[in-house]
Amino acid sequence: MITLAQLLTLSAIVFSLAIAGIFLNRKNMILLLMCVELLLLAANFNFIAFSRYLSDINGQVFVFFVLTVAAAESAIGLAILVVLFRERGSINVEDLNTLKG
Amino acid sequence: MLIEALFYVFGAILVAASLAVITARNPVYSALALVMCFVTSAAIWLLLEAEFLAVVLVLVYVGAVMVLFLFVVMMLDINLAELRQGFTRFAWLGWLTALAVIVEIVGVVWARGGLGIDASRGATPEPAGYSNTLELGRVLYTRYAYPLELAAMLLLVAIVAAIALTMRHRAGLKYQDVSRQVAVRREERLRIVKMDAEKRP
Repeated sequence: MITLAQLLTLSAIVFSLAIAGIFLNRKNMILLLMCVELLLLAANFNFIAFSRYLSDINGQVFVFFVLTVAAAESAIGLAILVVLFRERGSINVEDLNTLKG
Repeated sequence: MLIEALFYVFGAILVAASLAVITARNPVYSALALVMCFVTSAAIWLLLEAEFLAVVLVLVYVGAVMVLFLFVVMMLDINLAELRQGFTRFAWLGWLTALAVIVEIVGVVWARGGLGIDASRGATPEPAGYSNTLELGRVLYTRYAYPLELAAMLLLVAIVAAIALTMRHRAGLKYQDVSRQVAVRREERLRIVKMDAEKRP
């Protein structure tokens, strides 16, 4: 039997690996987007785990909406990435200094 | 027992694939490892009896989003050496943060009474004839009907935004401008010329 604690631990490991990935690949914008997908996957794990262990279907509905928003986010993110590459010829995050932020 | 063994196998694959995503030298390998992550997650969700979401994860993520990622990675001609530069500079900070997050969450989860509920029990198995898809649909189309329509609208906005961002206007291309065609007035097309009548020979 899979216990709730085991599932939460697994999702914590995936979540923190994704955070480490954001630190490691902070120049490559594609990998940053992939790490965000991994973060959302770990969050979805928690939603499903609690939904099953509290016998409440509403958690799974939330996973559905998170998947929708994540798909929209990655589509627009990749579109911005393509436009950026066309303009600059690079996807290095450090080159994005036009706004002087 | 079998389910727990399968959970450990899939969990190990998931952690290994996540490691591969963040450390792979080539973004194509990262994308493929991310596909592996999604497939093993779907398998674990199946073990948890969340069948509909497992299928949706494979169809939507592996079938659409990751193909989009791979397409973009392969389409762009990226200078990898420049992006890899300084990979190890803040690596210790990344691993330290990851370790801290793991220790904190695991500490809360495994501490006695940390979550306020008993985390060491398994889920109650669903009775025979239970349909996860049916139950999900039952709440999705009644209680969450408006959020569902908002989600659909969000996807529509995302499609329009993605196409509008990447559409390229080339010079010298001949195409119809519908708004100009509709807004045309009579004076622009028709000219009435006054002239004297011809005499009959």
